[in-house]
Amino acid sequence: MLDVRGSAIAVSYIIAAVLFIFGLKQLSSPSTARAGNRTAAIGMTIALAATLLDRQIISFWTIAIGTLIGAAMGIYFGRTVQMTAMPQMVALFNGMGGATAALVSVAEFLRLTRVGDSIGVGEATSIVLGTAIGAISFTGSIIAFGKLQEILPGKPLQFPLQRVVNGLILIGVIVLGAMVVMSGGTAILWALFAAALLLGAMFVLPIGGGDMPVVISILNSLTGLAAALTGFVLHNQMLVVAGVLVGASGTLLTLLMSTAMNRSVANVLFGAFGATNSDAASSASAVGHTVRQTTPEDTAIALAYARSVVIVPGYGLAVAEAQHTVRELATDLEGRGVDVKYAIHPVAGRMPGHMNVLLAEANVPYDQLLEMDQVNAARDDPSSPIYGMPILDVDRARNIIVLKRSMGHGFAGIDNALFYHEKTRMLFGDARQSLTQIGQALKSA
Amino acid sequence: MSQELVLGIYVFIMAIFVGFEVISRVPSVLHTPLMSGTNAIHGIVVLGAFLVAGSADSPLLHALGFIAVVFGAANVFGGFVVTDRMLEMFKKREAVQGEKKDA
Repeated sequence: MLDVRGSAIAVSYIIAAVLFIFGLKQLSSPSTARAGNRTAAIGMTIALAATLLDRQIISFWTIAIGTLIGAAMGIYFGRTVQMTAMPQMVALFNGMGGATAALVSVAEFLRLTRVGDSIGVGEATSIVLGTAIGAISFTGSIIAFGKLQEILPGKPLQFPLQRVVNGLILIGVIVLGAMVVMSGGTAILWALFAAALLLGAMFVLPIGGGDMPVVISILNSLTGLAAALTGFVLHNQMLVVAGVLVGASGTLLTLLMSTAMNRSVANVLFGAFGATNSDAASSASAVGHTVRQTTPEDTAIALAYARSVVIVPGYGLAVAEAQHTVRELATDLEGRGVDVKYAIHPVAGRMPGHMNVLLAEANVPYDQLLEMDQVNAARDDPSSPIYGMPILDVDRARNIIVLKRSMGHGFAGIDNALFYHEKTRMLFGDARQSLTQIGQALKSA
Repeated sequence: MSQELVLGIYVFIMAIFVGFEVISRVPSVLHTPLMSGTNAIHGIVVLGAFLVAGSADSPLLHALGFIAVVFGAANVFGGFVVTDRMLEMFKKREAVQGEKKDA
């Protein structure tokens, strides 16, 4: 039976688990989402406080100092990061969680082998998987961070025999893992750790920047799984429950995201999206007619006399931090009796929902944001890599104005036939600058 | 297999179903905050780092435990702070108009 302390810990863990589940439920609805995040934070506080009661803990100094440093780092970066840089911040925090899971697994193995206890197959397997998955999640997230932060090129990085090399590293990880389970050996576990670190980096490098949201989501659920595995090693049910909750909901989220892009997860991971389709891109531009340019003044007049305007924000708006400018423009137009709506593609920006967050920051009411309910799956160019991906039927509008810095390819490295459409006018320049000019022209229109 | 392992596997499987069920109807507007929120929750792994760091009895284990606590704590605190900042921005139309009147 459990003593008083053990019972207190167990009851706290049960309360924390319920709070996590309830928090996740609240996070799935816009009106309760913020409360949900707090519910989960309260659950976390209870779980961590209860753990400090554990008799296994004999020294608190390392914990106290480590927590202070980690918390200061997390809070500082969490508060100061730009809204546009949120995705890579999530990737970075996710990588840290993965590293924690791997280090805990390695440390527990070292402790168990030195004490001389025999390590059961179940425990050894959990240690091996926790180490490998945590390490993959760590380096994978760091590479994803580097791509989104544009420290690394967003384009897929490829070299000859890449899949063969990656396959060999994967086999190496599996063989080393099997050796640890069967015969132990700390040197082999360290080798496994190193090989898994390498694998994580190598597996994200060939994936294009446009696919990073899905990759981060996969790595997020992997970290959850790694956390759950450390729960098996430490005989801690709290870790198992919370880790698996994240692993399962993260997997579902990954599937929802790739459905939004009409691509299978396997295609995201191994397709080297945006690298191999230069033929398709050039054929589209060859077929395409000339590009027509327009001016801010003409755009302002077209907007002022329109009955209905649909704004379709993309990542350019985020980069230029033009969300407030576009909102002001919309308010102006509404004052003139124009019906303004925002249509947001589910994967616009660098994470699904990224645009919604930015527009919400600029006080755009969310009932003006339209979800993409009508998608058109069959489009004009079957050789394009995004053929079949859900798209907004922008070309059904009477006039289309595209705001773009230049004719360069976007983040995904794919050409867009819309730019050559006969109803399209291009307005080149930084999004905020262009929008400001349109706004000024509108006042005098 | 030990009784404890079997119990652990039960918990594991049940939690998979709960995890799938609880977020099955989430609007795409909330995908990013939800990913960020679950990211904070898996920071629970810092609990394992507490146990390792608190029971360490060699320099190597102290070092591993310390790094694990730092990373894990950054995951937890950063995760919740970032998620809160994202969700702070979701306002209803009434709230937005109220603010305009104040201004």
